[in-house]
Amino acid sequence: MKIIEAKDITNAVKKMCIKAAHELPSDVLLAIKKSQTKQKGIAKHLTALMLENAKIAKTEMYPLCQDTGTAILFVEIGSEIFIKGNITKAINDGVKQGYKEGYLRKSIVKDPLFKRKNTNDNTPAIIHYSFAEGNKLKISLLLKGAGSENKSILKMFAPSASIQDIKDFILSAVRTAGASACPPFVVGIGIGGNFERSAQLAKKALLRKINNFNKNKLYAGLEKDLLKEINKTNIGPQGLGGNISALGVFIEQEPCHTASLPVSVNISCHVSRHIKEVL
Amino acid sequence: MIHLKTPLNLEKIKNIKAGTQIFLSGTIFSMRDKAHKKMVEENFYPLNLKNQTIFYMGPSPTRPGHKSGSCGPTTSARMDKWTPPFIKKTGIIGIIGKGERCQDVKEAMKGKVIYLLAFGGLGALYAKCVKKSEVVLFKEFGCEAVYKLEVNNMPLIVAQDIKGESIL
Repeated sequence: MKIIEAKDITNAVKKMCIKAAHELPSDVLLAIKKSQTKQKGIAKHLTALMLENAKIAKTEMYPLCQDTGTAILFVEIGSEIFIKGNITKAINDGVKQGYKEGYLRKSIVKDPLFKRKNTNDNTPAIIHYSFAEGNKLKISLLLKGAGSENKSILKMFAPSASIQDIKDFILSAVRTAGASACPPFVVGIGIGGNFERSAQLAKKALLRKINNFNKNKLYAGLEKDLLKEINKTNIGPQGLGGNISALGVFIEQEPCHTASLPVSVNISCHVSRHIKEVL
Repeated sequence: MIHLKTPLNLEKIKNIKAGTQIFLSGTIFSMRDKAHKKMVEENFYPLNLKNQTIFYMGPSPTRPGHKSGSCGPTTSARMDKWTPPFIKKTGIIGIIGKGERCQDVKEAMKGKVIYLLAFGGLGALYAKCVKKSEVVLFKEFGCEAVYKLEVNNMPLIVAQDIKGESIL
């Protein structure tokens, strides 16, 4: 049995928040660089600005985007570890410290409807726990801004829906997202599960590395088709037109009820900030 | 590519067409959801914003040694509800934001306001354009306070020109 101290989790989460806010994942950066060669005019110019932004953020320690987001964590707990302390508190303490010490924007309001008063430390984080074999604690963190999150959508299809119906729904969500969700996007799609699980799957899909397609050939084919079709929408960088509207499209699927077919679309902006750490 | 300096006036912007890339310098004021809600719904306008340019933005905190935190645009459409009365009451001439506006706002801006797009997700790049930043109103709103910013060569693009032509 491996013992992991709460303070070590706090420390790891703190560092992850600061790094994720300032440093684009290398696969996202590479995808943006590659996309530049395929573009022209204003789209190419905007892509160059995106690369410049990433460089300034990393080398001079300015957050990539002022909306340093909601901290969302996927935590996989191995069966052979013992966590000394309260893991949820440890994670939230890490978020508090990371947002304070990293000069990140605190964007969480305590009451969503009436008072909307800021908690001033960006907590509570949104944490999804899962369990696995082994002696590792795997923590994945996403910092998700509201501009793209607000464009997310979920639909409970009937199983009679065609693949084309599902594609149309996803393409419509991407078109509706448009300029205010900061394209080019990374599009996370959750299919199956149930109402709440499909949304969680769509979020989890955003953790995937660019070009790391689904292991199931049918879903990988759908991901590739959707990427091609999204890039034909002419949304382009910042919604000003162009042939690159998405950097990646990722589907996560799970079993579901025989009478259901839930589909969720969770959109990420081009500043697709995520990071993984294993303790 | 055109260089523009605030405060703007109709003469300076009358021939600038939608789609033109500009570099903006001078004083601008950040204002977003909470400031709009307070000013419009409580009819509370303590600042003289005649011919001023506002920026839909809430910065990240300023790191020691920096002039500003990260400061890119936020979604303009969230301000749509308040924008027509806001324009009427304040006499602003420029709005900097991100994304499309509703028809009512497009009409309200026509002949009065130039709508400039800042590029989303480029907060670090915009922070480098800020020479000075101070809170001048609603300090209690935190990142949603009104900041007076001195900016230099902010890269923008004209989304809707003064004649009402739009690229969005």
